[in-house]
Amino acid sequence: MSTYKNFTVETDADGIALVTWDMPEKSMNVFTMEVMDEIDAIVDATVADAAVKGVVFTSGKSSFSGGADLTMIKSLFSMLAEEQARDPEAAMKKLFDAAGRMSWLWRKVETNGKPWVSAINGTCMGGAFELSLACHGRVAANSKSVKIALPEVKVGIFPGAGGTQRVPRLANAQDALQMMTTGSSLTAQRAKAMGLVHQVVEPAELVNAAKQMIKDGLKPVAPWDEKGFKVPGGGVWTPAAAQLFPAAPAILRRESAGNYPGALAILKCVYEGLQLPIDTALKVEQRYFTEILRTTEAFSMIRSLFVSMQELGKGARRPTGQPKTEFKKVGVVGAGFMGASIAYVTAAAGIPVVLIDRDQEAADKGKAVSEKLVADSVGKGRLTKDEGEKLLSLITPTPDYATLADATLVVEAVFEDRTVKKAVIEQVEAVISDATIFASNTSTLPITGLAENSKRPEKFIGVHFFSPVEKMMLTEVILGEKSGDRALAMALDYVAAIKKTPIVVNDTRGFFVNRCVFRYIHEAYDMLIEGVPPAMIENAAKMAGMPVGPLSLNDEVAIDLSQKILKATVADLGPQAVDERHLALINKLVDELDRRGRKNGKGFYEYPAKPAKKYLWPELKTLYPQKKAADVDVTTLKQRFLATIALEAARTMEEGIVTDPREADVGSILGFGFAPYTGGTLSYIDGMGVKAFVALCEKLAADYGEHFAPTPLLKDMAAKGETFYGRFDPYAKGREAA
Amino acid sequence: MTEVFIYDHVRTPRGRGKKDGSLHEVPSVRLAAKTLEALRDRNGLDTSTVDDIIMGCVDPVMDAGAVIPKAAAFEAGYSTKAPGMQISRFCASGLDAINFAAGKIAQGADDIVIAGGVESMSRVGMGMSGGSWYMDPSVNFPAYFMPQGVSADLIATKYGFTRDDVDAYAVESQKRAGAAWEAGYFKNSVIPVKDQNGLIILDRDEHMRPTTDMQSLASLNASFQMPGEMGGFEAVGIQAHPEIEKINYVHHAGNSSGIVDGAAAVLIGSKAGGESMGIKPRARIRAFANIGSDPALMLTGPVDVTEKLLKRSGMKLSDIDLFELNEAFAAVVLRYMQAFEIPHDKINVNGGAIAMGHPLGATGAMILGTVLDELERRNLNTALVTLCIGAGMGTATIIERV
Repeated sequence: MSTYKNFTVETDADGIALVTWDMPEKSMNVFTMEVMDEIDAIVDATVADAAVKGVVFTSGKSSFSGGADLTMIKSLFSMLAEEQARDPEAAMKKLFDAAGRMSWLWRKVETNGKPWVSAINGTCMGGAFELSLACHGRVAANSKSVKIALPEVKVGIFPGAGGTQRVPRLANAQDALQMMTTGSSLTAQRAKAMGLVHQVVEPAELVNAAKQMIKDGLKPVAPWDEKGFKVPGGGVWTPAAAQLFPAAPAILRRESAGNYPGALAILKCVYEGLQLPIDTALKVEQRYFTEILRTTEAFSMIRSLFVSMQELGKGARRPTGQPKTEFKKVGVVGAGFMGASIAYVTAAAGIPVVLIDRDQEAADKGKAVSEKLVADSVGKGRLTKDEGEKLLSLITPTPDYATLADATLVVEAVFEDRTVKKAVIEQVEAVISDATIFASNTSTLPITGLAENSKRPEKFIGVHFFSPVEKMMLTEVILGEKSGDRALAMALDYVAAIKKTPIVVNDTRGFFVNRCVFRYIHEAYDMLIEGVPPAMIENAAKMAGMPVGPLSLNDEVAIDLSQKILKATVADLGPQAVDERHLALINKLVDELDRRGRKNGKGFYEYPAKPAKKYLWPELKTLYPQKKAADVDVTTLKQRFLATIALEAARTMEEGIVTDPREADVGSILGFGFAPYTGGTLSYIDGMGVKAFVALCEKLAADYGEHFAPTPLLKDMAAKGETFYGRFDPYAKGREAA
Repeated sequence: MTEVFIYDHVRTPRGRGKKDGSLHEVPSVRLAAKTLEALRDRNGLDTSTVDDIIMGCVDPVMDAGAVIPKAAAFEAGYSTKAPGMQISRFCASGLDAINFAAGKIAQGADDIVIAGGVESMSRVGMGMSGGSWYMDPSVNFPAYFMPQGVSADLIATKYGFTRDDVDAYAVESQKRAGAAWEAGYFKNSVIPVKDQNGLIILDRDEHMRPTTDMQSLASLNASFQMPGEMGGFEAVGIQAHPEIEKINYVHHAGNSSGIVDGAAAVLIGSKAGGESMGIKPRARIRAFANIGSDPALMLTGPVDVTEKLLKRSGMKLSDIDLFELNEAFAAVVLRYMQAFEIPHDKINVNGGAIAMGHPLGATGAMILGTVLDELERRNLNTALVTLCIGAGMGTATIIERV
């Protein structure tokens, strides 16, 4: 038998070929064109070899496979764009064939005539699980590391290599839809209970058990290729399905406002496919898959949520020539809620932490936050008791600054006050070594100004966390004027160590995320003042794809904090820097009505005792004369929210605050959940075209105020027909170097 | 164009649409056949002159399948020359059958047509004919599909009807239906359903509860909160009408139309057709119209279609003496009254489907007959008949006495 680059094939005395997938120079197996070609060749070879009775397919890595290399799909997009210019119809056919390549290869495996068993030893995602579904037997290791999922919907596409057909032919339709429309992971046990794997065995027994299935006479025929096959639950025209299919799109609307064409396509594939024989069903799936690949949503989501996120996580912005940091100890100064949570995520990454506050009691109180988080995780089975204890043992609460002497990094998270911070900077710098980097977790104070308190501003940097720290995936790394490469490299190494995604931002008031968030909230103030019914404001925002309505969000961050920020802006920049109507609204809410947000149970919403749900404060409608719902255009409301945020993101690019469009996109999705189907703030603009965006902004500026006026950069880009990813090409540097 | 006249109409009583309902033992086709027999016998009709039999049936499957009006013609012993056709526009099918027939006559194609509808909800069941409207994600998503009850609650929420409002309407419907039965207003049109031996199976509407009061309704739980909240349909309603923060669930079995079995048929014809039958016309079909309306509210089509119909016919609201609007849900009628400022004493004056039930495909023909009888009894001239329809449509017809 021939040799392969990504596979080894060993046939044993029983005639069972063990195909082990182990890609060189990769930590995880992924599908590339080459991998698919080799699998194709393996099928041909094993079919041709009379000595081979069956095939066991497994992985040589700790995981099985992460699925398709989505950069492969990204290259499809450029292929399509080029071909389309030449011959649109041929381009479409080419895309259709490319979209079906994997699906028909799996079908070839399924119908090759010899039994195949997939031995799932670890994480098995997307196309890899679809290959397993086309195998005649599936055995999974009884291990926590086995995570089975079809997560394609999370990047704007869907399981297009037979997933939408084989899952609901094995599991009931409701479980199948749930699995695919949420992309959530299954344990080996859950997969077995759903009927998606045949056996769960101890990891050491995995390959043997898979071989045994073949020795026991596993039939090389899928159930749906047998005569008389019946879909579990009886198919589409049953009372159970009559409950499921009307509700399924309603639930998509509830969960994601129906903004994801990929998710809806899953429902269509299952509904149509279950009424067809498998080959026709796979063709229908291929048609929908081709359609979805052509959507702006798929293009933008794959770029931001897969490619860019991965690149930023791997340190795309890390300066070259800086040695990788090993974190022996991290100091966290300030054991309030933020500091305490930062200590937790640091310890969770296995790094020893000293958590410092003014006295032992305050420091202990900070550690108690971790104790509660650990107890919750242990309770939910996410951590074992031992792991939890080990995590807590890494956190040392103390009032003693001297313990910072050997810290690699110190994160300051004290009260947002220049004087308080100045004192902490001085106290810390008095004890730390020359190599230690000082990071401030400020959310409102510019880093350059804070760094003036430092004797070593090149080793001073901002690391801005978001609350709740243990859940929010994003961290903003803020460069002060004098922050040096070492500080940046270490900050990025630290963010990577705690498994968060960094964006690197130059110093400005509000940095990137908060600047955008306040645009969002201020647009809602405008709408309230115009008399748009409050529920319409909140619903329009959610329909636009925002995870939380702006008024609800303002209640969470606290209305008096908004007041404080508005007042600080007036103090620093003068009264013209804020909208006086906004200030009047907020002053009324806070000063007259004591409505400060969720924290005092009174904000834009009312917060009745649980289990009752919060509801909009009814009197809100009395503050301004109300418009009739019929006179308010919801599409315009949605556009205003997305456009005002996207414009702010464009301004940060124009000002040089953010320099890489990937960061504005990923930062906006991870930082405040900016309509993920758009691919982020700048992809939203690129997706509709800068020219169309400028036209939209001009219209909105005429109707709703100058804050929508397109900036000189945007006008210039529109005139030249540029995109953000073209003008600020994040890969240009790499190409120059190459 | 040829003028179109109504010569006669009959309906069966409405049996409770459950297994213990009195008409459950009667096949769908026999319910329809009873109405054909009655029209023939009452009018001495030569059935070989019947140009068409058009019947609405919303779930034309199982024993209601395969062109039920033609099947009913066989059972009723009609001439084989009488053809038949089944149509569906959901809840307005019975009225649309009449409009369809009127169109054929007006155009000069037919002279004598029987139009009506039939539904045995106890035997066939709702939704049994399937359909992409609610099942296919390529359709139900853009259609903002919701169970009708959630749409009715959305209407109540959007237009501000409270639980008390809808319950009070339901109590009045029951009271009016009970009084009308008591006074014998339906006796000329309701034909008792008898067995082959002449024994009565059912001779009155058995869904009615004339003694219903606010207190008894108050004990009923809202029916559509569960599908609204668990099934995700509330989100669908809110996305279609985002000024709504939360749906107020007010409808229940007592203020929604009853599920019943029944059939109705109307004898329609041209002047020449009447002359050949040797009978006098009772009313003229003045105008009719159809419209598509907001799919999420689904049941506000009567408002839209009434506006369209008045405009097209050059008539005014004040020209209408009585309104008859199918009581699919209380909020449907309340919204209609609100939109046109129609006083309650001009609409559904003898009660409606909340009290007597809504045999889907038949109702349109039944309520047209009811209001014609009432115009005659009150010696009034003009009535507008309309129904709300699944997927967001409306059908309306204006009749006037001759």
